[in-house]
Amino acid sequence: MLQTYQYPEFQYVPPRELSSDTVTRKPAVVVGAGPIGLTAALDLAAQGVPVVVLDDNNTVSIGSRAVCYAKRALEVWDRLGVAGPMVDKGIGWKIGKVFRDEEMVYQFDLLPEADHKMPAFINLQQYYLEEYLVERCKAYGDLVDLRWKNKVTGLENNADHVALTIATPDGDYRLDADWVIACDGAKSDIRGMIGASFEGQAFQDRFLIADVVMKADFPTERWFWFNPPFHRNQSVLLHKQCDNVWRIDFQLGWDADPEEEKKPENVIPRLKAMLGEDTEFELEWVSVYQFACRRMEHFRHGRLLFAGDAAHQVSPFGARGANTGVQDIDNLSWKLKRVMDGTAPESLLDTYDTERVFAADDNLMNSTRSTDFITPKSPISRAFRDATLDLAREHPFARALVNSGRLSMPTPYAASPLNTPDTDAFKGRMTPGTPAADAPVTADGQDAWLLNRLGGDFTVLYFTLDGGVPDELKAFEDDPAGVKVVTVGPGGLADVKGLVAERYDATPGSVYLIRPDQYVAARFRQFDARRLRVALDTALGKG
Amino acid sequence: MFIDKDKTVREDGMTKLTTQPNLSRPDDFYEALIEAHRGLSDDQSRDVNCKLVLLLANHIGDMDVLKDALEMARKGHEPETAT
Repeated sequence: MLQTYQYPEFQYVPPRELSSDTVTRKPAVVVGAGPIGLTAALDLAAQGVPVVVLDDNNTVSIGSRAVCYAKRALEVWDRLGVAGPMVDKGIGWKIGKVFRDEEMVYQFDLLPEADHKMPAFINLQQYYLEEYLVERCKAYGDLVDLRWKNKVTGLENNADHVALTIATPDGDYRLDADWVIACDGAKSDIRGMIGASFEGQAFQDRFLIADVVMKADFPTERWFWFNPPFHRNQSVLLHKQCDNVWRIDFQLGWDADPEEEKKPENVIPRLKAMLGEDTEFELEWVSVYQFACRRMEHFRHGRLLFAGDAAHQVSPFGARGANTGVQDIDNLSWKLKRVMDGTAPESLLDTYDTERVFAADDNLMNSTRSTDFITPKSPISRAFRDATLDLAREHPFARALVNSGRLSMPTPYAASPLNTPDTDAFKGRMTPGTPAADAPVTADGQDAWLLNRLGGDFTVLYFTLDGGVPDELKAFEDDPAGVKVVTVGPGGLADVKGLVAERYDATPGSVYLIRPDQYVAARFRQFDARRLRVALDTALGKG
Repeated sequence: MFIDKDKTVREDGMTKLTTQPNLSRPDDFYEALIEAHRGLSDDQSRDVNCKLVLLLANHIGDMDVLKDALEMARKGHEPETAT
C-alpha cells in the first residue's frame, strides 16, 4: 500500500532508574503518548510541572484514527502554543451533504460565527497531530521526559503516591509518582490494573475504514450517505484529510467478517463502485472497527486520574473522542497544579470527576442518539428513520431530525460547584460554567485575540470605562493561586469590533472571573472585592 | 448533576395534552385517517403513520405535550423483549 506519511521513530533511551537501587519519586507521570497524554504533558509543563510520559511504543499513531478536531480542542491546543501547525496543515471544512439512495437529501453549512481565531473544524490525520504535539513537548526540554518503549506492567495505587513497575527493552524498573494521569486509551491497561468497571453499550455493528489517496475533484465537504447505490442498506461517510488522503467509513453490519472485508480484493471493488470506475486512487490504509459507548463510573481514583478514551469511549459519529479527551486535560491540569502547590484543597480534583463525567454523559448521549439514527435497532426505528429522510427532502423541520453525527461542542458545566450563579442581570451565552468566547481585539495597536489573553492563570476580565483599575482589583494579582487582571477599554485591550462587549454582554465596570481553562466562573456588573474573593475561593473548591 | 429540563414535573401535576374533545368533525377526521391508508401494504401504512407522527409532532412543537402523548399512547403495553 502507498505511504504518504513517513512515520518517525522516537529514540528509546534507557532510563536512569534502571541502574539505580533507590526508587525515584516524580511529581507527575502520564501513561500514554497519544493526543491526550501528550496534551497532558504540555499542559503540566506549561505550568512548570516536570512530567514523565510513558509509552509502550516509539512512534506516532499508526493508520487512520481520529480525523476531525473541533474548535474547542483547537483552542486548548492554541493555549498550549501548538494549534498553529495543526490549523496550517489541516483541512478546514464547513459544508456537509447528506445523501440517500441516488440523490442528495439536503446540505448544511456549519456557519461558524465569524471573528473567532480557531476554525469550527479541521480534518487532520492523527499521526500529524501527535507529531506536532511531540515537537512542542521538546520545546520544554527536560521538563517533559518522554520515555518511549516504557510499558507500565504493575501499579500500586497508594493513599499518598502511585507506585509503578515499568518494562523496557533493558529490563524492569520502579518509579513512584505523586500523581498519575492514565491516558492509555480505550483498552487501558491501567484501568484493568485497578479493576475499575467500564460499563455501557456495545453496538452490534462494524465499520470498514479505508484511506485512499486520489486527486479527486470532490469538494472539501463532509459527505454522508444513507443506503447509497454503491453500498446498499448501509451508510458511508467521506472526509477529506491532508496530502490528498480521503477517509471513507463503510458501515458493514454485524455479520461481516472483518478479516475478509479488509482484503484489498474486497475493498477495491467497493471503492470503485463509490468513486467511479475511472477514478484513479491508491489504497493507503484499511481496518475494521466496532465501537461501544461506555465510561468509568469515576475518573478520579485517589492519586490516579483517568482521561480520554481510557475514561470514556464514544461512537465515532460527531468527533467526540479526541476532542473530549483534550477537554478532560484542559479541566484537570490547572486543578492538579493548584493541589500540588497547596493553593487549592485536594477535593478540587473531585470536581474534575463531576465536571468531566457530566461532559462524558453529554457526549455519550449525543453519540448514542447518532448511532441509533444511523444504525436503527428495530424495524420501527428504521421506519421512523426512513420516514424522516423522506420528509427531509422537502421539509426543513425533518432535516433537523436527521442525525448523521452531531458535531462536537464543549459541554457547559451548568451546575458545577465551582460556578458562582449569576446574581446580576446578564444576557447572552457567557453564563458561569461556559467556555469563554473568543473575539478580535487589539493590544498596543496590534491585532490579537481575546482567548490568547485568558487562561493559564485565573483571569479577571475587567471592562473599564476610563482606563482606571481599582487598586483592590489589582491586588488579586498577588494571589498565590495565580490571578491576572486583563482590562478591556482604555489602557487595555481595544474591543475594535465591539464583539467582546457583545459576546459578554459587558458594560463599563463589568467583571468576569475566568478559570485557567477559560471557563467562566463568575460575573458581576460592578467590581466588589469581597464578592470576587468568594467567587475565586468557590472556583478553587474552597466554597 | 445531570439535569434534564424535560423531566420537571409541573406544579399542578396536570398534563398539558388535551384529551377533551377538540375535533370539530370527529367522523370526518376518522374517515380521512382510514382513507389515508386505503390500498396500502402494511409497510406503506407504517411509513404513512411514521410521517404523520413526525409532521404532527413538529406542528405541536411543545415537548411537554409530546411527552404526555407518548406516555399515554404506550400505556398498558409491557415490553415483550428486554431493552
